[in-house]
Amino acid sequence: MQSKGMRRSRLPAVLAAMALAVSACGSGGGSPGASKVVMISSQFVPTTEQEAMRKGVLANFNGTVEFIGADPGPFNAQIRAQQKAGKGDISLIGGLDGDFSAFAADGLLTDLSDVATSLADVGINKDYLKLGKLGTDKQLYIPWVQATYIMVARTEALTYLPAGADIKKLTWDQLTEWGANIKAKTGEPKLGFPAGELGLLHRFFQGYAYPSFTGGVNTTFTGDAANKMWTWMQKTWQYVNPQSTTYGFMQEPLQSGEVWVAWDHVARLIDALKDPKAFVAFPVPSGPKGKAFMPVVVGLAIPTTSSNVAGAKELIKYLLQPKTQAATLTSVSFFPVIGAGLPGDLSPGLKAEADAVAAQQSAGDALPALLPVGLGDQGGAYNKVFQDAFQQIVIGGKDPATVLKSLVPTLQGVFTTSKAPCWLPDPPSQGPCQVQ
Amino acid sequence: MTSRLGWAPYALLLPSLLFFVVFFATPGVQAFALAFQAPDGTFGLASVQRMLGDPKFSGALTTTVALVILVIPIQLVLAMSMALVINSRLKGQGLWLYVYALPLGISELAAGIVWVSIFTQSGWLNSILLGLGVIDRPITWQSAETPWLLIMCVVIAEAWRATSIIMIILVAGLQSIPREFLEAADVCGATTWQKIRRVVLPMLRPSLQVAVILRTIMAFQTFATVIALAGSGLNVLAGEAQRWATDINDEHVAAAYAGLILVLSLAGTVLFLVLLPTREEQQA
Repeated sequence: MQSKGMRRSRLPAVLAAMALAVSACGSGGGSPGASKVVMISSQFVPTTEQEAMRKGVLANFNGTVEFIGADPGPFNAQIRAQQKAGKGDISLIGGLDGDFSAFAADGLLTDLSDVATSLADVGINKDYLKLGKLGTDKQLYIPWVQATYIMVARTEALTYLPAGADIKKLTWDQLTEWGANIKAKTGEPKLGFPAGELGLLHRFFQGYAYPSFTGGVNTTFTGDAANKMWTWMQKTWQYVNPQSTTYGFMQEPLQSGEVWVAWDHVARLIDALKDPKAFVAFPVPSGPKGKAFMPVVVGLAIPTTSSNVAGAKELIKYLLQPKTQAATLTSVSFFPVIGAGLPGDLSPGLKAEADAVAAQQSAGDALPALLPVGLGDQGGAYNKVFQDAFQQIVIGGKDPATVLKSLVPTLQGVFTTSKAPCWLPDPPSQGPCQVQ
Repeated sequence: MTSRLGWAPYALLLPSLLFFVVFFATPGVQAFALAFQAPDGTFGLASVQRMLGDPKFSGALTTTVALVILVIPIQLVLAMSMALVINSRLKGQGLWLYVYALPLGISELAAGIVWVSIFTQSGWLNSILLGLGVIDRPITWQSAETPWLLIMCVVIAEAWRATSIIMIILVAGLQSIPREFLEAADVCGATTWQKIRRVVLPMLRPSLQVAVILRTIMAFQTFATVIALAGSGLNVLAGEAQRWATDINDEHVAAAYAGLILVLSLAGTVLFLVLLPTREEQQA
């Protein structure tokens, strides 16, 4: 009887606790102050990068920012859903040129010409500003930060460089030879690529291997030059650590010594470069058509459904200030796009990366290859074509010509669905890009 | 009895029925509808064909089925042994229950990452083997070039992670076996093995059935351990469903994968219902 009484007497307390919990859920995320800006970004998605953005970059903004890093699917789905609803929480979008061109095509972006004018004194890179107009007379996004992909090697690997090779002017064949030398001397394959679930290997094919071997990507998807590139990759793979299919960020296997020479995104190599005595950064090798590399420009745009345009504009201005740009560099290793250039007190790792990037861009045979443009929600399907080609040709050992031919309909389907024209280094196309 | 209770049993069932309809049946039907729809909204087999024609499909199906076939017998034997240890009323049996149940509190992905630190080239396993002089250079356990080794890594990680859930069901089953039965067996001079075979296992059949069915359904959904340990080196059905939904942004093909997982889980359930009928089912 007593226990029954106790249970009964506890009931109001339990109900009160539940009510509190429910009310707490309702006001989740703090008070909706006037300056709260919800920002969604297709970049800085890994948890560590999101945390670095929040703590290292956004914390000093004069207002509250809710930063959401989202994979391509949810990123596009959320922005599109708010467009359909005609209103939404998302006030600011951080994304790539390719993300924005699809949104702009559907009239989803606000003109930011006034923000660009007010930022005249920070000196945003003019070429990037022009990119941000997406071929219109409106400033549809403001360039924010930039990055690219480079190579990093452990210093003990340098003794195995092919005879007469200059690390700043390597060719892809020399890289293979380097890997072969290391394997011959140490007995272990020590080249490395980020071919794991979180890895960016598809960018290696889209921005590096394909353009440097074939001079294009989509218009040269099949053919002799493409077959030659894949055959090179098949040959090189015997000198690549087979555990590469589990690697997301190459800095970790480089640090553990599982890999001695690796290609990856600057933000995913920086931890290794924090020890300048143990690691060197250098430009990517060249192929028959030049030293292809993929510049990554991240921009900021305000959707027409934004519930806090004024706050979002303030946040853009804050993110483009020299101090914030320097903080972004040290927090997430994405480089500034403003005239102030790099801060003087750069850490050795960032200095090594900056030098490698500069050498890459200024090389005589430099061949910039853009990130996919205008694919919208087909971006993932586009990447899958290159991942599938890699799985079948390199891991599965199948004939490149046969596999590539079988993938052409899927790749063409991506362009037909998204209506995306070709982008550099492919020649421009009238209408959707035609795969060849 | 029924007349005295009136509509009360049905009223009591109503909340769980509502829950089932709103959160399981409706989305389930919607998912099936999605699978049989093309991105342009027309009904047909386009998305299912896209799934079947995908280069990763056959690998994902084979790996998933291989995982189910390998992991369940191993787990069943392990869980049975663990449950017998706990039920043996040895000294410190409570401690064993806690030790065995520990992995239950660890998420699938976290367990995967723990096992990566063991199996990676510079990980614990190679360090110990090198230290003992068993090998003279690290073995690559997680290579896409040796998929069976990779599957073995996943099986070990899965066995470690999810055996305790089976064990708990079996412990509950063991504790519901009346002591008199075992005492009677003792009186008749049965050995331990005979007691297990003739008394414990037959009486444990309903628990075994539940445990095996639950674990089969879970095994068809295995996903994070594979991603952590094998990366792009192994594909499983649930991983492909996730990839099509979030990376490739095609909910129709993702739904086709989800539908296939459901069909396979159902088939597994029916198989175990037939193979391990309980006494009520045998009489029916």
